[in-house]
Amino acid sequence: MMASSYSAKEEDGHHSGSAGLGGTAIRTRKPDNTAFKQQRLPAWQPILTAGTVLPAFFIIGLIFIPIGIGLFVTSNNIKEFEIDYTGTDMSSPCFNCSQSFSWNSTTPCRCVLFFSLDQPFESNVFMYYGLSNFYQNHRRYVKSRDDSQLNGDERSLKEPSKECEPYRTNENKPIAPCGAIANSMFNDTLDLFYIDPNGTQTQIPFIKKGIAWWTDKHVKFRNPSSSNPNLTAVFIDTAKPVNWRKPVYELDTDPENNGFINEDFIVWMRTAALPTFRKLYRIIQKKNNMTPTLPRGNYSLEVTYNYPVRSFEGRKRMILSTISWMGGKNPFLGIAYITVGSICFFLGVVLLFIHHKYGNRNNSSDIPN
Amino acid sequence: MLRRRLNRLCGGDEERVDSRTIYVGHRPCPDTEAFIPSKFCDNRIVSSKYTVWNFLPKNLFEQFRRIANFYFLIIFLVQVIVDTPTSPVTSGLPLFFVITVTAIKQGYEDWLRHKADKEVNKYPVTVLEDGRSVKKESEKIKVGDVVEVVEDETFPCDLILLQSSREDGTCFVTTASLDGESNHKTHYTVPDIEKDLQTLTSAIECEQPQPDLYKFVGRMHIYKLEQEPVVRSLGPENLLLKGATLKNTKKIYGVSVYTGMETKMALNYQGKSQKRSAVEKSINAFLLVYLSILISKAVVCTTLKYVWQSKEGQDEPWYNQKTQKEKDTNMYLKMFTDFLSFMVLFNFIIPVSMYVTVEMQKFLGSFFITWDKDFFDPEIQEGALVNTSDLNEELGQVEYVFTDKTGTLTQNNMEFIECCIDGFQYRYRDTQSEVDGFTVTDGPVNKLQQKAGWEKEELFLRALCLCHTVQVKEAGSEVLVDQVDGIDGLLSQPEEERGFIASSPDEIALVKGAMKYGFTFLGLESKSMKIKNRQNDIEEYKLLHVLNFDPVRRRMSVIVQTKSGETLLFCKGADSSIFPRVRPEEVDRIRMHVERNATEGYRTLCVAYKQLSAEEYAMADTGLREARLALQDREEKLMAMYNQVEMGMSLIGATAVEDRLQEEAAETMEALQGAGMKVWVLTGDKMETAKSTCYACRLFQRGTELLELTVRTLEDEKLNRDQKLHELLQEYHNKAVKDAPPVKAGVTRSWSTANQDYGFIIDGATLSLLMNPPHDADASQYKSLFLQICQNCTAVLCCRMAPLQKAQIVKMVKNSQGSPITLSIGDGANDVSMILEAHVGIGIKGKEGRQAVRNSDYAIPKLKHLKKLLLAHGHLYYVRIAHLVQYFFYKNLCFILPQFLYQFFCGYSQQPLYDAAYLTMYNICFTSMPILAYSLLEQHISIEILLHNAALYREIANNAMLRWRPFLYWTVLGIFQGLMFFFGVRFLFSNPALQDNGQVFGNWSYGTIVFTVLVFTVTLKLALDTRHWTWINHFVIWGSLAFYVFFSFFWGGIIWPFLKQQRLYFVFANVLSSVSAWLVIIILILLSLLPEILLVVLRKPRGHHSQQLSEDSSTDTNRWLRSLLSPTRI
Repeated sequence: MMASSYSAKEEDGHHSGSAGLGGTAIRTRKPDNTAFKQQRLPAWQPILTAGTVLPAFFIIGLIFIPIGIGLFVTSNNIKEFEIDYTGTDMSSPCFNCSQSFSWNSTTPCRCVLFFSLDQPFESNVFMYYGLSNFYQNHRRYVKSRDDSQLNGDERSLKEPSKECEPYRTNENKPIAPCGAIANSMFNDTLDLFYIDPNGTQTQIPFIKKGIAWWTDKHVKFRNPSSSNPNLTAVFIDTAKPVNWRKPVYELDTDPENNGFINEDFIVWMRTAALPTFRKLYRIIQKKNNMTPTLPRGNYSLEVTYNYPVRSFEGRKRMILSTISWMGGKNPFLGIAYITVGSICFFLGVVLLFIHHKYGNRNNSSDIPN
Repeated sequence: MLRRRLNRLCGGDEERVDSRTIYVGHRPCPDTEAFIPSKFCDNRIVSSKYTVWNFLPKNLFEQFRRIANFYFLIIFLVQVIVDTPTSPVTSGLPLFFVITVTAIKQGYEDWLRHKADKEVNKYPVTVLEDGRSVKKESEKIKVGDVVEVVEDETFPCDLILLQSSREDGTCFVTTASLDGESNHKTHYTVPDIEKDLQTLTSAIECEQPQPDLYKFVGRMHIYKLEQEPVVRSLGPENLLLKGATLKNTKKIYGVSVYTGMETKMALNYQGKSQKRSAVEKSINAFLLVYLSILISKAVVCTTLKYVWQSKEGQDEPWYNQKTQKEKDTNMYLKMFTDFLSFMVLFNFIIPVSMYVTVEMQKFLGSFFITWDKDFFDPEIQEGALVNTSDLNEELGQVEYVFTDKTGTLTQNNMEFIECCIDGFQYRYRDTQSEVDGFTVTDGPVNKLQQKAGWEKEELFLRALCLCHTVQVKEAGSEVLVDQVDGIDGLLSQPEEERGFIASSPDEIALVKGAMKYGFTFLGLESKSMKIKNRQNDIEEYKLLHVLNFDPVRRRMSVIVQTKSGETLLFCKGADSSIFPRVRPEEVDRIRMHVERNATEGYRTLCVAYKQLSAEEYAMADTGLREARLALQDREEKLMAMYNQVEMGMSLIGATAVEDRLQEEAAETMEALQGAGMKVWVLTGDKMETAKSTCYACRLFQRGTELLELTVRTLEDEKLNRDQKLHELLQEYHNKAVKDAPPVKAGVTRSWSTANQDYGFIIDGATLSLLMNPPHDADASQYKSLFLQICQNCTAVLCCRMAPLQKAQIVKMVKNSQGSPITLSIGDGANDVSMILEAHVGIGIKGKEGRQAVRNSDYAIPKLKHLKKLLLAHGHLYYVRIAHLVQYFFYKNLCFILPQFLYQFFCGYSQQPLYDAAYLTMYNICFTSMPILAYSLLEQHISIEILLHNAALYREIANNAMLRWRPFLYWTVLGIFQGLMFFFGVRFLFSNPALQDNGQVFGNWSYGTIVFTVLVFTVTLKLALDTRHWTWINHFVIWGSLAFYVFFSFFWGGIIWPFLKQQRLYFVFANVLSSVSAWLVIIILILLSLLPEILLVVLRKPRGHHSQQLSEDSSTDTNRWLRSLLSPTRI
């Protein structure tokens, strides 16, 4: 455009038309002489040179290598035992159960696996179940839940979220808890027996509380109308999830662990990050300081096989593990720290060499201002 | 653009006719068949873009033409229509914000244009209607109206001069705002016009509007009662152009012939097209790369999804059934929506927020220009002005600088500096140490402190007093005030409205110079010139002949007769045209002075005289008279006669006149050249004048070999102009291009090479010959030859340029190979077209009105401010925005890459890795402020050093920081870090029991850990790049990290009633309660930044290299510099 160029009174020079930013502010007076406006704010001007970076490399190396070694040792000290009980092999005791699975069967299929621990598990032992090739992180699956229903909202109990489809209603009754996650809750029962050298089997006592996050158990998950202790009445107009064998109010006998606040249920509802995952099942508490929690010896794992995984080529595992301050067994962190520490140290040496050999010319450049 | 508008405005009928007929005062003429009032466009100027009605649709249309906006619109629509992993709000809200802000900004700018248009269109003018003067608004003037203009008013449209208040039927105008020539030009009334304009019946036939300011052809039929109609031809000397100002004439009447958008001035303006910076082009290129990355990611994921699903039991396992609707959907439609879903999931890779941040950076950043107190000029009480903030970074990329001369390089204020009489140099001193202040300062060697003879001095001064065409304006008091530029005369002595008027400011300077030495020119009255000599006696000379100045002869003469009856010829002119006509022995004494003066940048003239005997005069007199009356070849005959008369003269002396340069003009030009910019001077002025300015500005140096391609050099006996042009072009090309040693790419811009420097001079006429040669085939060849020559010259001078030609030159360079970034700087209306044409237009708030300022992108009070604007502001803006752009692409690449990788682990189900809050907030809150602060405050090299060392400008030349190499580096860095983040956490999650109570983490914890690492890494990466840590940087960098932590706690700390899923409930707190998570976060941040730190250290040798480059220019800052330069960054 030709813009505003034809004013006959151009000559006076001071009239309007300065179409711009801050035009009015600067027209009359001198710009403020402030440090900010003049881009003269006091500033720290760090210079990364070999001189400043070299010590950093050495320090990082010196700190990380010991941490890494510590982590590695800690991870190695963690005892972990894992047994696959899917029953895909003919030889597996659970083969029959896995083959003859049917949702409708009333009699549960049981199978028993025997194993032995070479080393005693000294501290508290945590029992996990692991699933493989189970996509708990599939989008359709992840969103198929109604958190307000799980938080005890009465309206959502009667009218679950659309996200729960196709696990929203059954026979015109709202499903509680609705959605694919709840529907597919892991329902194998695992029992552990210690077999004395003399042959007697003693059941290992499990603790089933404290396996879910405290906040989930106490805030995020709540039974509807918690004033009414009779859960059966609360869930009266709802249907149980299609694949469940019993309704939600029969998950446990303990009222503090029943309904939506059942910890097995809460653990299951925290969707796993990867298709191969483990979830905490039970805790075996250390009895006293004298005997190990799980002494060396033979054990039997009794499985009530309810959960089918063959259709999607999944695997089921039982994991026994002790826990350190860094969590379960995972050598990755230790190795990573040792590697990075060594790399830094090595780079420090190389840089020192380079700096020493070629640095003379650049000496002046290291003078900080 | 304008042409199109013009055609629309002015109807189609006219196009078929080559001439228009205008009836003066709309009175029908007797012998025309019928009076048909033809339709011409009105005198309204329209520069605005929108009206109230079309603003919304037109503006929206224009905005969505931008590739980015359109893309975001599509993404938004997809999110609305298709079931996608993220909500439409995540992209709709930012888009709405961007569109609204831009619309408001553009609307405001257009409103200002409306206001300015209105001011011009409503300006009151006086129109003569039915014998009465009627006040009208300027826009109401119609073609054929008789308009009255009084002194110092500008003409409201193009007028044919009918009547002037001066007795001789002339008027003076100054066209400073049109072509930059501030001298007074004489225009003539059409002869044989009756005094009474009321009864004047006449028709004007003239050509259709065309942009050439110096061309006009027309005829005027004057009908007188009971007489044959008289036909008078009209030429440019009868035409008063819109935009010019009436001077020294009380009032004139003229009939309007061209109005509004058809005036020559309007036609000389070009459309102000939207200027886009090179950075924006780079952004668009990068955008395409990222768009293809995005699409390929989506394609890969969609393909793999269907491959994966084809396996038994994967698509729909018993635990994860589809809904009935999903089952019913057509497979191909499903594939398509899946593709779109992936697009939406990954669309954050091209962030809307980048555009918001870039706009904000530009908008806020431009305030630093207006705030800069170094740009404040106490004289006009103004600082710099930013008209567009879109081009800040372009200031750091300038390769060609086109500068106007008058008013830009020079103050257009001529001053007599010294003269040389008979080989002795005289310099005027203010100190009255000698009676007349006329001192000898230098003389020929060994004749020091001697004076030339008294008579010689007097003769010389008389010559200065007589040999000119100056007129005295209203003789009154003793003190005469010059009126050339209408400024200092008015300022210093507002009451004494009198001075000299001349067609050239040098003449006034000379007359005034003579005045200082005691010889005062009193005026010309009826062919007799009066001067007052040193003894205060009045001398009177009879002016017999004036042999006018013309650019080919480059000299002028007068023939006068003294009281005593002697006939004298005084001649002054350029040394080259005088020396051959005087006795050689005189030449040697003066040549040295002349040459020294010329290289010092003064305009030198030589003065010679000759005494004519009675016979000689008689011969000359008859010869001149005959030649003047000749009907054919008048010009040639006159020329021959002039040459014959101006022979065998004797040289008296030489003068040196200084066209005062702007403050620090030379230093500025030197700095620009040092920064690797090529400086071209484009001026409407005469070649000699311009050349001397170039010398004064040190654009041409003593050793510079000038290659001249002007009308003068094209004069050749044997060849016609076209052939000669071809020959010269070839010759210069051989000289400057072929013979020059082959230069390597890196050295091209070096300015300290020992090679021969070339300067190139071309004038307007030759340029138009060059652009439109008679044979079409030559056009491109000529142009490329010309460009090649120019590229190898240190400075190019284009003189006698019409405004449109200036723009042509700029356009030619702009479109030449490598499309260099051009900058135009000027102060007058004649510079507007080139200011608009160049990538960056700078207006100087000078004396010649405000048009240049209004049409410019940036306006500064003085030329000297250009240095800081380019070297400091431009450099910093470029570095800032380049880093901003690269950083944005980088941070979004490593943001979205883990999300892409996660698809391989979640069955390609478009499951987002991060929570929706993180997806939305990442670019808006967590990572936007540090980069914005960086892009406003960063000074990787301090302003002082940038100003001190112009060569630093070259380090960012050619868009150095936004080329593909640095882009690749950033992209690779982003990919590396993205891989690091994802797989680092992936390995950690091989055992998700990460808490010391054996509890496990889920997918949201996974995403939160990745996101935490991401936010910290990209912020710390920026911290590593920051070289200038003000408290704002500290505040913003540590502040956004703290904000992220705070927000995560807050977001996860409450069951939000409006959320359907409480995904992040206490996730962050739980993550932080795990030692392993801490450890993995720390090591991943460190590992991701390691290559960056390593590169900084290892790249030192390159920093050293650039130090050497700068070593030659400065020594004291060198050490300081080196320490700053060593960590050169991409």
